[in-house]
Amino acid sequence: MLRWIRQQLGFDPPHQSDTRTVYVANRFPQHDHYIPQKFADNRIISSKYTVWNFIPKNLFEQFRRIANFYFLIIFLVQLMIDTPTSPVTSGLPLFFVITVTAIKQGFEDWLRHKADNEVNGAPVYVVRSGGLVQTRSKNIRVGDIVRVAKDETFPADLVLLSSDRREGTCHVTTASLDGETNLKTHSAVPETAISQSVSSLEAIVAVIECHQPEADLYRFVGRITVNHCEEEIVRPLGPENLLLRGARLKNTKEIFGVAVYTGMETKMALNYKSKSQKRSAVEKSMNTFLMIYLVILLFEAVLSTILKYAWQAEEKWDEPWYNQKTEQERNSSKILKFISDFLAFLVLYNFIIPISLYVTVEMQKFLGSFFIGWDLDLYHEESDQKAQVNTSDLNEELGQVEYVFTDKTGTLTENEMQFRECSINGVKYQEINGKLVPEGMAEDLPDAVDSNLSEEDILFLKAVSLCHTVQISYDQADGLGDRQANGILHQMEYYASSPDEKALVEATKRIGVTFNGNNGETMSITSFGKLEIYKLLHILEFDANRRRMSVILQTPSGEKMLFTKGAESSILPYTKTGEIDKTRMHVDELALKGLRTLVIACRHFTPEEYIEIDRRLHEARTALQQREERLADVFSYIEKDFELLGAVGVEDKLQEKVQETIEALRMAGIKVWVLTGDKHETAVSVSLSCGHFHRTMNILELVQQKSDSECAVQLRRLDKRIKEDHVIQHGLVVDGASLSLALRQHEKLFMDVCRNCSAVLCCRMAPLQKAKVVRLLKTSPEKPITLAIGDGANDVSMIQEAHVGIGIMGKEGRQAVRNSDYAIARFKFLSKLLLVHGHFYYIRIATLVQYFFYKNVCFITPQFLYQFFCLFSQQTLYDSVYLTLYNICFTSLPILVYSLFEQLVHPHVLQNKPALYRDISKNALLSCKPFLYWTLLGFCHAFVFFFGSYLLMGEDTSLMGNGQMFGNWTFGTLVFTIMVITVTLKLALETHFWTWMNHFVTWGSIAFYFIFSLFYGGIIWPFLHTQDMYFVFVQLLSSGSAWFAIILIVITCLFPDVIKSVFYRHLQPTNTQKTQLNRNGIGISCLDSMCCFSDGEKACAPVGRMLDRMIGRCSPTRVGRSWSTSDPYYSNDRSILTLSQVEATPC
Amino acid sequence: MKKDNKPDNTAFTQQRLPAWQPVLSVGIVLPLFFIIGLAFIGIGIGLLITSNNIQEFEEEYTGIGDNSNCYICANNATANCKCTLNFTIAQPIQGSVFMYYGLTNYYQNHQKYLSSRDDQQLAGETYYLKNPSQSCKPYQMDINNNPIAPCGSIANSFFNDAFALYYNNQGFLDEVKLDGSAIAWWTDHNVKFSNPSQTGSNLSQIFEGTVKPINWSKPVYNLDVNNPDNNGFINEDFLVWMRTAALPDFRKLYRRISGNYSSFMPSGNYTLEITYNYPVKDLPGKKKVIFSTVSWMGGKNQFLGIAYLVFGSLCFVMGFILLIVYAKYQNVEDNDD
Repeated sequence: MLRWIRQQLGFDPPHQSDTRTVYVANRFPQHDHYIPQKFADNRIISSKYTVWNFIPKNLFEQFRRIANFYFLIIFLVQLMIDTPTSPVTSGLPLFFVITVTAIKQGFEDWLRHKADNEVNGAPVYVVRSGGLVQTRSKNIRVGDIVRVAKDETFPADLVLLSSDRREGTCHVTTASLDGETNLKTHSAVPETAISQSVSSLEAIVAVIECHQPEADLYRFVGRITVNHCEEEIVRPLGPENLLLRGARLKNTKEIFGVAVYTGMETKMALNYKSKSQKRSAVEKSMNTFLMIYLVILLFEAVLSTILKYAWQAEEKWDEPWYNQKTEQERNSSKILKFISDFLAFLVLYNFIIPISLYVTVEMQKFLGSFFIGWDLDLYHEESDQKAQVNTSDLNEELGQVEYVFTDKTGTLTENEMQFRECSINGVKYQEINGKLVPEGMAEDLPDAVDSNLSEEDILFLKAVSLCHTVQISYDQADGLGDRQANGILHQMEYYASSPDEKALVEATKRIGVTFNGNNGETMSITSFGKLEIYKLLHILEFDANRRRMSVILQTPSGEKMLFTKGAESSILPYTKTGEIDKTRMHVDELALKGLRTLVIACRHFTPEEYIEIDRRLHEARTALQQREERLADVFSYIEKDFELLGAVGVEDKLQEKVQETIEALRMAGIKVWVLTGDKHETAVSVSLSCGHFHRTMNILELVQQKSDSECAVQLRRLDKRIKEDHVIQHGLVVDGASLSLALRQHEKLFMDVCRNCSAVLCCRMAPLQKAKVVRLLKTSPEKPITLAIGDGANDVSMIQEAHVGIGIMGKEGRQAVRNSDYAIARFKFLSKLLLVHGHFYYIRIATLVQYFFYKNVCFITPQFLYQFFCLFSQQTLYDSVYLTLYNICFTSLPILVYSLFEQLVHPHVLQNKPALYRDISKNALLSCKPFLYWTLLGFCHAFVFFFGSYLLMGEDTSLMGNGQMFGNWTFGTLVFTIMVITVTLKLALETHFWTWMNHFVTWGSIAFYFIFSLFYGGIIWPFLHTQDMYFVFVQLLSSGSAWFAIILIVITCLFPDVIKSVFYRHLQPTNTQKTQLNRNGIGISCLDSMCCFSDGEKACAPVGRMLDRMIGRCSPTRVGRSWSTSDPYYSNDRSILTLSQVEATPC
Repeated sequence: MKKDNKPDNTAFTQQRLPAWQPVLSVGIVLPLFFIIGLAFIGIGIGLLITSNNIQEFEEEYTGIGDNSNCYICANNATANCKCTLNFTIAQPIQGSVFMYYGLTNYYQNHQKYLSSRDDQQLAGETYYLKNPSQSCKPYQMDINNNPIAPCGSIANSFFNDAFALYYNNQGFLDEVKLDGSAIAWWTDHNVKFSNPSQTGSNLSQIFEGTVKPINWSKPVYNLDVNNPDNNGFINEDFLVWMRTAALPDFRKLYRRISGNYSSFMPSGNYTLEITYNYPVKDLPGKKKVIFSTVSWMGGKNQFLGIAYLVFGSLCFVMGFILLIVYAKYQNVEDNDD
């Protein structure tokens, strides 16, 4: 039972043995002692709850939150002991908060259920009882044979049995899993591949043994035992036999496969990552505030208890004749009474902890995050992608970023490779209009070029067009077989796992050597109109350690040769012949231009050599143990003694507006670090071209450090140089190897150097090193807020490590996007995301948090003060209903609307004046001073409400024209009325952006309070025991004095606040406030200019002047000047250009 | 290419809703200060004049100190002890005069005390008449387990001093008529409180089976001998008492002066005859009577007028300071800008 519960709650996945045995088509053995294994069904469950466990599980999750738990405890205390307020006062708000949260979570879960149902209910074809049966995806069981047609996704992890091809192969793309867009070939074991029809599949008797499900997409170990012609044949199974759920079948009409992992046990489902819980700085300070208020609460409760007992020491106060105790009270134990008194005070004051803070913050984040997705400025037209919010928890953190770590390829650049230049046999060529032109040759001779292509050139081109793993996808109409006959080439599209390869193959096609495709055994190219077919013997795949890939081919002439392609550092050392030195020089030159370089080489084999190689390769590939090591050995045996053919330079185009974005970030006080895997020269040149490094910057280098001591010496030297010369800006270049040395021993020194550099570039970085750099900065003493942005799988670790992780929806799949907190289509969107959205969210949520604490201090302090006038008897000042509804109804909506719509400054201004971002850096609005300000303000207001009302009532004269007297409830209601109005108006003072919704909720809240109170006090409530509030509110409002008092006290409360903000604005305006004034300036200048150009100049001008005067800008020169170039916020001309457009629009 | 994902271009989604963006600049605030200042000073003067026109006369009769008239009554516990209080009104009082009694240091707002009542019993529900709520403890049932009506501490401590006022008209004591009607809230008298109804029986029959509160001398149906309609739970003195005061020093409306003196109280000597029952000496509290006229804003209340004046002047002062600061730092701001 317990186990079942744990399984239901998802703690305990059921797993028994290391391997699972799958009987194909569920043909279980007939002997007796076979125990059927239980497998998960094929339902994908991304939802958290079911109808049955929703309430308990959701409640459990919610009460794990400390604030909710606190209120639960208060509620229970109220139920247990005799407290002054009814349990409803804390029970109802708690219920409300819990319900709202539950509804929100339930809604989200319902969406997930819907998505799940769609997936689980998708029709699939399964071979059952001799025929193809259509069923729903969720009904697939382990062992079922499933048919998948072209362009469908696989409904479960299948072991391929057969395809419509004789050899049993098929092509798939795994773009939705790992983002690789190339076509991958998967194959079936020969014994099953022959069963291409349903009936023959039915006849297969086979057993698959494989390991239990695991998340690694590229690991699959198993074996299949096929009963073939009365004998059992055992074949190993590897990842190439496994078709993963979520992958898509391509170029193949249909396949049959047997399900081995289903539902939540598929590799795709196991890769669903539960989001790492990142907490924003605001949330952390929120928790700190909560603790401070808890201390205030305890202090007030303890103080009240002590004072109560000090007072009660004298009998005349403890038990006057008119207020006798019951026998029970007299006899109860002193200690128990003391404790219960303390608890009662705790309950009385418990509202100082804002109960609805969390739920409001959650709503604000959830609703507010829609604005990011809706923003047209973050929408990328070309790729039809809008910004995506994966976690709304971090919205405000976007306004706090101090360091940005960015990947280069695909993030700063398009990751769209363009072949630019190449060096063939020591001669440099450029591609111009589809022709190779030797460098320096006059460009007016393009026609002559073709004939100039030498034997080496053509071999080089062929090498480039043959040495790759590019696949071709044809249009539906084009059969695989007839493509060579009709030769319609423009209908084909290349699919490559790396954009470089695609660019190269496309380039050779333009030049004249076209790759037509490979069918597994042969590769065909058309070389200047001549079709050549190469037999593909082996592919030595690319891996990150070798940094190269090779193919071994049999040329049409029967010769066996190898082409290889890779980084220059991994090929040049193994070359024997060719123009090595010249090529090396050219490679460096290409790199300096910011091109990515690849070196191409070949090797000819004698027949004997080839036989040896073939044998070794075969051995290694079929080895059961240490396959990888042995393969690596063989590869290094093969890949040597190259003949150098040349090198290519591929350009990765910079994304648009990268320079402006980096500049804007820098002006916003954000330090930008570029982390890339590229080589030093390429990285530096890209850095320069994207504005990360300036020409005027002094570039320091920490590269190619071999030893610890050397590194330390260099670091000290750099440190000294920076300190000597702090006038100009410094940029630092570090490479991966030196970085790991620097981090090992000299972390502090390195950090010092880095902090003083305005730009840092790390090249040759491994993915984990990227994350390490981020962590280093994150944990440095200042604890800066970091943001990592990248597009590839290699950026995932850094995206997860940083405070905010941003994924670029680029070409390298969606892994970065999936693991990110926010995803955008282009790097340039980062500036709007941070400078505008981040700024807004931060201001909104910071004010929200402060205001919540403020309004609860206002709420509960009068209650505390009242105790001094009622013998600390725990008498509440307000009626229970008011206590309950204050946070839920009377004051909840204005702040929520404020926190959704507030805009201190216009978005365009924020974007064009990045310096405004500095105003809110370092959690400025939630630091000690603002917190103290709001808290003290709360206490002051509370004192004014209470003592204002006290002075009014305390002269104990009648306040009504008929001489009648008020009672205690009228007094409480007076304080409460003043409070509701003041607290609402205080927020109104804070609001700078009054949309109709703000007006509606602000005035609506006050109106609602009055209407509600009239209604509540207007009837005798049948089910209530006490009718304390009957007609109290009406009587209060019928008193003229009360009206005058309300007006006076409300204005008195807000008055100092107004004075303070006016003085500060006038004497020490923040940048933000200056821009607000300037904004008004625009309005007026627009008005002026409108007047100037329209006919009604004379009528209009006085209005403008009057407006001028009203807003306090009397001198006309200032208006004109407000956007002038001398303005310190603009650094470059471009922003001014954009600004003038901005200015134009509101006019 | 289809633009399925393109967000809507509406003012709402693009955060471009039309909005009023006020800026609290000196230019706006300055006139506001002067306007508010002027208005408040005006209101303050008005309120102060109104308040000053109200005449109020207060006499303490606790009976502390040997030369006090009520010293004897205060120190011996005989019921209905009578004492007199002579006082002189120097200026004749114009307008209708209200008579209050006041208690100090008396905590009607104590939580235990305040909750010791049963609104359902007081609303006249017959079940609760015989079965008062637990909250009335320790005055729910008497020792013989009879239900107390009205139950609870508040009712039990009902103020039971009585007053009679005489005008000393040239050695001849002329009784000043006191009217005890409409001293409680209309809604209390007519809606919130009512006697249990039972057709064909008078109040004493209805209350049969209940006992009077322990401290009371008369049962609840017999509170006002002169006016049979002013008995039971809707006795106005009782209602006034049941509207518990917010603070420990309080006044409660006792009577309105009526008859010949209802609109004019001549100057001269008055004698107040007090039936002294209510013990406050040990609290230690004071008892007093207050005579006061009222205006539309109620009794004499200097606070509002003064507060308005102070705040109005403060606004003015701040306005001037702001003006000076504004004029002086104008150039500085200009240069920064």
